[in-house]
Amino acid sequence: MNIAMITNPILFQLLVGVLIGLGAGYLGSFMILKRMSLVGDVISHVALPGIALALIFEINPFFGAFAALFLAVVGIWFLEIKTELPSETLVGIFFALSLAIGILITPEPELLEALFGDITKIGSADVFMTIALIIVMFFAMFRIYRGLTLSVVSKQLAQSMGINVSKISFLFLLLVAIIVALGLKVTGIFLMGALVIVPAAAAKNISIGLARFTKLAALFGGISALGGILFANHFGLHPGPIIVLTSGVIFLLTLLFKK
Amino acid sequence: MANQETILTVENLGVKFDNNEVLKGLSFFVKKGDVLAIVGPNGSGKSVLFRALLNLVPYSGKIQWAPGLKVSYVPQKFNIDKELPLSVQEFFKFKEKNSKKIISALKSVGITDEHHIEHHILKERLGWLSGGQLQRILIAWSIIDNPDVLLFDEPTAGIDVGGEETIYNLLKKLKDERGFTILLISHDLNIVYKYANNVICVNKEMICYGEPNSVLDPTALANLYGGEAGFYKHEHSHDH
Repeated sequence: MNIAMITNPILFQLLVGVLIGLGAGYLGSFMILKRMSLVGDVISHVALPGIALALIFEINPFFGAFAALFLAVVGIWFLEIKTELPSETLVGIFFALSLAIGILITPEPELLEALFGDITKIGSADVFMTIALIIVMFFAMFRIYRGLTLSVVSKQLAQSMGINVSKISFLFLLLVAIIVALGLKVTGIFLMGALVIVPAAAAKNISIGLARFTKLAALFGGISALGGILFANHFGLHPGPIIVLTSGVIFLLTLLFKK
Repeated sequence: MANQETILTVENLGVKFDNNEVLKGLSFFVKKGDVLAIVGPNGSGKSVLFRALLNLVPYSGKIQWAPGLKVSYVPQKFNIDKELPLSVQEFFKFKEKNSKKIISALKSVGITDEHHIEHHILKERLGWLSGGQLQRILIAWSIIDNPDVLLFDEPTAGIDVGGEETIYNLLKKLKDERGFTILLISHDLNIVYKYANNVICVNKEMICYGEPNSVLDPTALANLYGGEAGFYKHEHSHDH
C-alpha cells in the first residue's frame, strides 16, 4: 500500500476526494431539505480549535476536529429540540468565536493547511478511515432518510407514524459532523461548507423529486472533487479551492436548466 | 349507532406543559363509525388533545383505544415548502410501495383520471399542489393503509369555502363507504351540525359533550367562545 502511495499518490487523492465529495453532496441535499444550508458552513469553523488541540497534543487532527464538531452538533441539536426559536444568531456568534480562538491557538505552520485543506498530504490511514466512514454514512442514511424527509414534510405527521424525530435529527447531525471532519483534509475549514451545499444546490436546480435530487447531489460532489483534483494537479494549483470552484461551475450550468 | 362497539374511552384526561395546564378533566368515548367534532377557540387545547390521543405528549388520566386499531392522523398547518424536492409519488412510497394501491387511493378521493394521476399528479412536487389538491392527497395518504380511525386537525384550513364543502363531502363519502371512525377538529359550526354525530367543546376543560343539536346551545357557545358565537371568525393562528 505504501509503495503504491509513493508511486501513485494522485490515485489515492482521487479516491479520498471523490468519496468525500459523494458523501458531502449527498448529506448536503438533506441539509438543504432541512433548511440548514448555512449550518454546514458555520459548523466547520468549530473544527479549528479541535484541530489545534489535536496538533498540540499530537493526535490525528481528524479526531480533534470530530470531537469539536460533535460538541457543536450536540449544541445545535439541543437548540433544535428544546426551543422552536431560530437559533441562527446564537449559533453564528458561538461559531465565529470558536474560529477566532482556533486561529489564535493553532500552531502557525499548520494553520494554512487547517484553513484551506491539503489533500496532497493524505496518508494510508486517511484512505482507510475515509472508505470506512463513507460506507457507514451511506448505510446510516439509508436507514434514516425516510424519517428525515417525513419530519421535514411535517414533524407531527412523522411522530404520529412512530418516527423518533429527535433521534433521527441527532443521527443526521452526527453524520454531518463526520463528513465535515473528513472533508477538512480536502477543502479545509473555510471551504467545507461549500462542498456540502453547492453540489446539493446545483442538484436541486434540476430535480423535482427526492431520489433524483439526492443522487445528483452526490454525483456533483464526486465530480467536483474528481475534476478539481485533476485540474489542480495538472496546473500545480491548490486542490481545495479548485474543487469548490468546480462545484460552482456545475451550479452555474444547472441554472440554465432550472426546473 | 347505539349498539356499536366503543373504540375509544377517555377518562379525566389532563395535559400539562411546564406546570401550565393545557387540558384538564376531559372524559368522553367514541364508538365505531362515529364522527366526533372537537370545537373550541384558538389555543383551547384541541390540537393537544389529538397529540395526547396519539401518545405524542405526556398526559394524566386514561386514554384507552380498542386493541389492534390503526389510527391515521393529518396534522394542521400542512404548509409544504414549494422548494421541497419531493414528488407526490415519493411521498406515497414512504407509506405504500404498490403503485396500484396509490392510484386506487387517489381515485377514492375523487382524482379519477388514471392518465392524469400517472403523468401529472404523481410526478408533481408536493409543494406545487393547490390547497384543495394537497388536502385530497393527504386524505388519500391517510387512508392508503386502511386505518380504522382518522384524526383530522382542521382538514380545510387554507381552503376556500366551496372547496371546504367538497372536502367534507368527500370525508363523509369515505366514511359511509369504508366505515371509518372520524375525529375532526373544526372551527366551522355549520360543518359540525352537518357532518358530526357527536361534538366536544373544549376550552382547556370540557364545556359540552353530546349531539351537536342538543348541546351546542347559546349558553354553551357563550361559555366556549366568551361572546356571540354567531359572529365568531377563525383567525388562522396556530394553537399548540
